[in-house]
This record gives sequence, structure tokens and C-alpha cells, in this order.
Amino acid sequence: MSGLDRRWIYLAMMLAVALPILWNGVTGKTFPESPTPPSQACFDAIEALPEGSRVLVSFDYDPASEGELAPMATSFMRHLMHKRLKPVVIALWPLGPTKAEETIASVIKTDFPDRVNGKDFVNLGFQTGNEGVLKVIGTDFRKQFPVDRSGTPVDRLPIMDGITKAGDFPLVITISAGYPGGKEWVQYVSSSNPGLVLLAGVTGVQASQVYSYYPGQLRGMLAAIKGAAEYEALVSAAIDGDRVTAPKYTEARRRMAPQLFGHLLLIALIVLGNAMYFAQKRCKAVAP
Amino acid sequence: MSDAITDQTAPAQGRWWIGLFLVIAVLVAIRAGMGEGMGRVYVQTETTRYASTTNEQGRVAWSAAADGTAGAVTIERDLFRTAGQFRAAESAAPGQQAIRVSWDRTIGLWLAAFFTLAVFSFLAGDNPAYKLTESIVIGVSAGYWMVVAFWETLVPKLLANLAPDMVKAWCMPNLEGGAFNPIALIPLGLGIMLLSQLTPLGRHVGRWPLAFVIGTFAGLKMVSHVESDIIEQVRATMLPLVAFEDDGSFAAWASIRNVLIIVGVLCTLAYFVFSVEHKGAVGRAARVGVWFLMITFGSAFGFTVMGRIALLAARFEFLFIDWLWLIDPKGERAMAVVAAATQLVP
Repeated sequence: MSGLDRRWIYLAMMLAVALPILWNGVTGKTFPESPTPPSQACFDAIEALPEGSRVLVSFDYDPASEGELAPMATSFMRHLMHKRLKPVVIALWPLGPTKAEETIASVIKTDFPDRVNGKDFVNLGFQTGNEGVLKVIGTDFRKQFPVDRSGTPVDRLPIMDGITKAGDFPLVITISAGYPGGKEWVQYVSSSNPGLVLLAGVTGVQASQVYSYYPGQLRGMLAAIKGAAEYEALVSAAIDGDRVTAPKYTEARRRMAPQLFGHLLLIALIVLGNAMYFAQKRCKAVAP
Repeated sequence: MSDAITDQTAPAQGRWWIGLFLVIAVLVAIRAGMGEGMGRVYVQTETTRYASTTNEQGRVAWSAAADGTAGAVTIERDLFRTAGQFRAAESAAPGQQAIRVSWDRTIGLWLAAFFTLAVFSFLAGDNPAYKLTESIVIGVSAGYWMVVAFWETLVPKLLANLAPDMVKAWCMPNLEGGAFNPIALIPLGLGIMLLSQLTPLGRHVGRWPLAFVIGTFAGLKMVSHVESDIIEQVRATMLPLVAFEDDGSFAAWASIRNVLIIVGVLCTLAYFVFSVEHKGAVGRAARVGVWFLMITFGSAFGFTVMGRIALLAARFEFLFIDWLWLIDPKGERAMAVVAAATQLVP
């Protein structure tokens, strides 16, 4: 067993992930999700906002993390639109605005066609500078984002009336794949604006780093695809009720079956590996 | 799966893997020829005419214009359509050209599938397909970053301050302000000094802007770290050991959680106190601290596994849904479902 070719393990993992996807594609069934407190806190923070509130949403990811974060972005945008809140989208990652445009096209332009760009939502694009951008928008938002993505000055956008700094938004959401992302938003924006509510949707790799900020500096958190699935289920239950949810709003839950079987395989391998290690150790101890 | 499969049998395994890939290639070829086929991207061209107006402040605005408007320009853009929408259109009007196959995007889809499989092939061993894919990813990323840095930083933040009139006439018609800003000469000078790192004689000159960058970030990070990672985190551990609900009743789980947090923090800190020998009470606390650290590492590993499986699942979904058309969870290839969706797509 110690000489087992690792490629057999890769093949087993591929099957453990691929077969549930095919099963889900054929049956359309997903596992039920029960929200954990960090995901529930995200949902509650958005529910608590009055209609018409403006929400700063930062798309801090690129296609490499889309598998985990795009379902979160979709659910956040759907929830904001349903509550008639107004997302002001920015990005600290160069490909963030493109991901934001995809989400806007998929959610707002398709299912909420009455919402007007510049009045009900806006994409202000990417600004380079990482935490430097966050430091500046803490005092002067328009200095970093003077125009929207199409070049229209923010002074002419009704959605930006009265917004001078990040603290003017009652809620900030970052969908973050790494640096700069959730940690930097906590360090440079949340800490210097005590009244501001910050939510973060983060990748699995980032989750354990950001968890220590919850629930003090971070009001709510979606940790990896599991958090995305929980939040997606909450939003679907609130919006769709007993109706069938559109497939594009079940993406995170569809990815939970591969998670289950992938994790089961991994746990089995860890247990098997340890059992064999101790068995071999005992054999060596017994052998003359 | 047996112990017999070892590195000594590598040539046999190589042949086995090549055989497996050939089988997959044959299956893909069969799939391509079956039923409605696979891996095609459909588009519909939208044509819009735009006319520009300039207000008193010199701002240029573009808006949709009617046919025949003087000076208007025509913009064509392809909107994605699904296979179901294509089939519905064909069913209504056979031979229609409104929704059609986009060959360039279809080639892009097949290239994406090829690159995905090439990356997967690394699991079987390093090979030219993987190396090619890796090089393309690095090259495209570097090129993209260069373009972004030029248009998002150099043009609006440097050139627009040094030569505003030129930039306004060239690429930013809505540029506001318009006065030469001498402060921008400082980053320009520092940037040129930084480039001197590339020449053997000018390396010492390049250290000045580096010192500026390091000093600025050190100051910026020090303040934020002290505030958010020390003061706020210390505050977050100042918890009541006996917690109560809002109605005054005893909160058992909250109390246990608080005790665990406080014990965990103190014991973990005890492990990192190296000026005291880890014996007696300190030693026991440090050993408990190691357990907390192990649980933390285990949790981080679990989250990492979750993230990686999610990414793998997303690639498989791309292969099965977009490329092979094996499954259709979004109902994009079903005519009945698409009929209503067609109305909503802009």
C-alpha cells in the first residue's frame, strides 16, 4: 500500500467529484442546507436595511476563484435587488469589474430589468493601489472613483448623491479571493468606521484567516462554497418560497454534493493511511 | 488498485495513461457526432446607433440615436444566446440567421476545454500540453496586467496630471480639472528611478523609490495592524465567563464558547512564551495550546480542501455542461424553458 501510485487517488477524487455533478445534472436534486450563524448574519444584515439604502459591493476576485465566489456574488446581488437596495460596485482586483458585469447581466438585467444604471446600481470599476485605495476611500471616495466604468463622472450619478466616503454606506460587502480582500477591508475600513457593517464572502483558503474577525469587526461571513450554499438557500427561501428556484440561483447548492463525496474520500484516505501507519509500526515492533 | 503499481512499473503506467486518454478522446469524438452535438456557442448581433453631444462644460455624452441621425456611429455587439434559443428560432423560421453559431467563440470554448484537460494531465505527469498551457496562462496574465496598469494607472493618474489637454483629446474626453499638476512629477521621477534597477550601474538609484514604497507601506500597515489585529482582537477576547441571555437567563452555550475562547487564547500564547521553560503549569498550558493550534491547522486544511474541490467541481461543470453538453441543469438547451427566458435577455 505504501507504494500506491498517487494517480489512483487523483482518479478516485475525480470520480468522487464528477459523478455527483452528473447525478445532480440528471436528477436536479440538491442537499438541504441549514444556515450557520455567520451566513445567517449576512442575511439578517441585508434584511435589516431600509429600502433604497446604498450598499458598497467590492468584487475582489478573478476567474480563478469563480467556482467558489460567483455563487455568492449572484446571491448577494439577487438579495439586494429583491430588497430594493442599491449596490455601488467597485473592485480591487483588475478582473473584478468583468465579474461584476457578468453578475449584473445575469441578475439585474435579466430578472430586474426595471432597475436603472446610475440610479439603482452602478459599476465604478477597478482602481489599482490595494490597501491604498481603501485608505483613501475612507476619507474621500470620489478621489479614487471619480467616474463609473463607462466614464460618466460620479457627480452626475443619482446613486452617488451624498456619498463622500466609505463610511457613508450603511453596509459594505466584499467578495474576496485573497489579497487585497476581506482582511484588508477589516483593517482599513471596518476598524476606522465603527458604525459600518461589513460582510465578507471569502474563499476556503481565506476563511480561517478571516474567521477571527467575526462577529466583531466582521458582522457576517460566507465561508467558501458551504457558506455560499447556506446563504443561497436563505435567499431562495425568502424570495421563492415554495416556488421552484431558477437553476442559476442554485449553483452553490449544486456544488455541495461533490463536496460531500470529495470530503468522504479524503477522510477515508486519512483514516486508512493512519491505520496502515500504526499497523506497520506495530509489525516492526513485533518483528525480531 | 494494488501494491504492485509502483515507480518500477512506470513505463507500463505511462502506456496505461496514454490508453486512457485515447479512450477519452474516442468518447469525445463519439459524443460530438451524437444527437444535437456539443460545444457550440450561439450569438445574436445587436445593432445600436449612438450620437455624441457636448455640453457647456465640454463634457461629451453618448446616447442612443435614431436611424439617419447625422454623425451617429453604429455599434454592433454579439449577445450570447443558448442552444435552446437557437433551436426555438430554427423551429419558428428554419434557416434563420438572427441567432447563429459564433465560430470564434466556439473555438475559444474548445480551447478552454483543451487547456482544462491539459492542466488535469499534469496529474499523470509533466508533459508538453501542460507546459504550453502554463506558459500561455503566465503570458496572458502578464499582458493583461500591463494593459491594466497602463490604462488604469499611468494614463489617468500620471499622464492626465502632466498633460491633461493631450489626454483629454486622446482618450479621456470627460477628464475634469485640466490643469498641469507638478506634484505628479514626483511619482514620475520615482518611477524612472525604479526602472534604473534594470541597469547594472543604476541599482543604487533604484533603492530610493523602493525605500519610499517600503516606508509608506510599513507606516500604513503598522497603524492598521495595531488597531484591527491587536487592540480589536484583544477586545474580542474580553468576554464574560458566565454569559446571560437578554431576558436574564443563563446562557450555557455562550458561556462554554467564551470559556473555550479565553482558554484557547491563553494556552496558545503560553506555547509561544519561550523565555519560561515549558514545565509544570506552563508546560501543561502549552500542551493544551498545541491542541488548539492543531485544531486551527486542521480547520484551515479542511477549508482549503473545500475550496479546491469547489474549483474542481466548477471545471467539471464547464466540461460537462458547456463543452460536452452531457447535462443541462440550467435548462439552456431545452426549447420549452428557453421560450420565456428569451423575453428577458436584453
